Amino acid sequence: MRPVYAISGGVSKFAKSRPDKNFQGIVKEAYDYAIQDIDLDFPTFTRLVDGSVASYFSDHFSRQLMAGIMVQDYLGLVPKPSHRVEGGGATGGICFQEAWKSVASGAMDICVAYGFETMSHVETWKGNEFIALASDVSFDYPVGGFYSGYYAMMVTRHMKEFGTTVEQMAAVSVKNHRNAYHNPYAQKRNRYSLEDVRNAPMVAWPLTRLDICVMSDGAAAVIFASEEGLKKLEAGGAKITQPLVLVSGIGRGTDAMRMSDRPHVDYDFFMENYATQQEGSSDETRAYYKRLWDRGTRYPGVHSFRAGRTAGNMAYKMAGVSDPLKELDFVELHDAYTSSEIQTYEDLGLCRYGEGGPFASSGKAFMPGIDYGLTLAEEAECPVNPSGGLIACGHPVGATGLMQGVFAIWQLQGTIGRHFGDATLQVRNPRRGAIHSHAGTGTYVTVSILEKQD
Amino acid sequence: MSKIPSQRDESLGGFIVHGVPFPVDTDPEGLAYLKKLAPIQIEQEYKITYLHSYGQDSPWFAGLANKRLLASRDPESGYTYATPRGNDMASGRETEWIDITDRAAQVHAFTVCYFGSEEFLPETPYVLALIEFEDVNTLLLTRLMGVDPGEASLDWIGMHVRPRFLRNSKLKPTDVYFVPGG
Repeated sequence: MRPVYAISGGVSKFAKSRPDKNFQGIVKEAYDYAIQDIDLDFPTFTRLVDGSVASYFSDHFSRQLMAGIMVQDYLGLVPKPSHRVEGGGATGGICFQEAWKSVASGAMDICVAYGFETMSHVETWKGNEFIALASDVSFDYPVGGFYSGYYAMMVTRHMKEFGTTVEQMAAVSVKNHRNAYHNPYAQKRNRYSLEDVRNAPMVAWPLTRLDICVMSDGAAAVIFASEEGLKKLEAGGAKITQPLVLVSGIGRGTDAMRMSDRPHVDYDFFMENYATQQEGSSDETRAYYKRLWDRGTRYPGVHSFRAGRTAGNMAYKMAGVSDPLKELDFVELHDAYTSSEIQTYEDLGLCRYGEGGPFASSGKAFMPGIDYGLTLAEEAECPVNPSGGLIACGHPVGATGLMQGVFAIWQLQGTIGRHFGDATLQVRNPRRGAIHSHAGTGTYVTVSILEKQD
Repeated sequence: MSKIPSQRDESLGGFIVHGVPFPVDTDPEGLAYLKKLAPIQIEQEYKITYLHSYGQDSPWFAGLANKRLLASRDPESGYTYATPRGNDMASGRETEWIDITDRAAQVHAFTVCYFGSEEFLPETPYVLALIEFEDVNTLLLTRLMGVDPGEASLDWIGMHVRPRFLRNSKLKPTDVYFVPGG
């Protein structure tokens, strides 16, 4: 594998509905932005790029099979190589990694990842039905299963076992919405209070409408290059923003489609196979986990995501990260639900299993310098979803994981102010960040680490 | 939980329009005006009936139709799946059927759904629950009846429950549901 740089990106403004353009046109907005940001014109980039990877989740939403090739031809990228990836909510994260692999393997020097979803073409509850079809149609969907319901069941178990509260979940919603207030690409830029979140209509107890991300139309694109690719682009006239951003680690994990099938492993198996490096090396943490297991906790059960833990551990190992909370300067993670942001803090080792609730409301995952209207006991330590995440930016599925990549690139370049027209969300001098993309009830999860080069 | 709605329900349906605004002349001015037009949106219907096979899981549904709840078990390790699987995940071996109708069972996790997929909206609010069974390694997703959806409580977790079966099978996993007791 050779070094791969994520050099540029673009995001269409995420919106509830974009009837003004078809999906090809929306992708082109993000794609053009990424090209313009390296100061190239369209024909020159078309000449230099070696190929692409396309990301979109559901053929049902567009009622169009082979939509990927329609984007490829609209962007003038034919006859260059391309393929479509699909992995539920993690489609964008998988696309990011497949484009990385295209370059890391030496197959391409310059590869563009683009993704989209147009979810507005059906009514919301039909959209929920489409997404619910990404659960087992023999055993889960026909019972009345749908994703908010699945996540609500996970969190009732999390609450029961670990004492997590709805107020802690609401703190995630307040944080992400208020962050998005400063992000012009976000769909929902509102200042909510804990009471607003709790008083919103109940969707699946205890998750309210403000605990849950929304459906969106949108697109995103990321350009990757090898050292040789950088030279080719520069020879073509590109001005690539410095410092460069290296993708220093990728990891991916999977788990059973039906969350009822997840195992419930004992303490020893957990410590041997799933503990983070930091957890395994701490006597205090081992004792903490022993107490949890003695009280009946089993892993992953339905309260935790083994795929997320696997992806994180794999990416950390590759990037040389041993203490994520200290060594990551920000994380853009897949907060389809406030509860899943809390679960993911634990999977990614930002805190221990069972401590995600208190971590959520502690302040550690908040941005410094923003008034959240909350009393936070701790200083900001590792902002999570400084962009506003899925809950506030929106979740046009195939674009979402790539959107995270774009925002991470801009954070590490220090160009948030330029791209957002507001530097409030610029993390102070970040060196390393992580993006996390998540499908289903935790079926496919990707974690990618990006680092600023000196 | 119920609130006074401040927004009317909407559907995608609308009037059929005959005649679409268009420049009278396709001269340069008229053609330039086309860039200012709002998009045209039409309805497209997509409807299909699938002949869905339960395949190797079929006996589980036949069990429900006969008021028995089956599970799959690895014949050697004894690892048991409440939601059936034809093959064990660890050994790859074909599983055997066992009857767990009368096993002790309790609620492992639950939710009350006030919304859902379009197909299930008329049934809201309904309670979904994951059920754990004695000496069974995995869970079963089901509907929980006999509890008040308006009184959801974490105390429901751990509640002892027992299966009930529809008198007339629909050959769906909802042929079985659970109620407090047992």
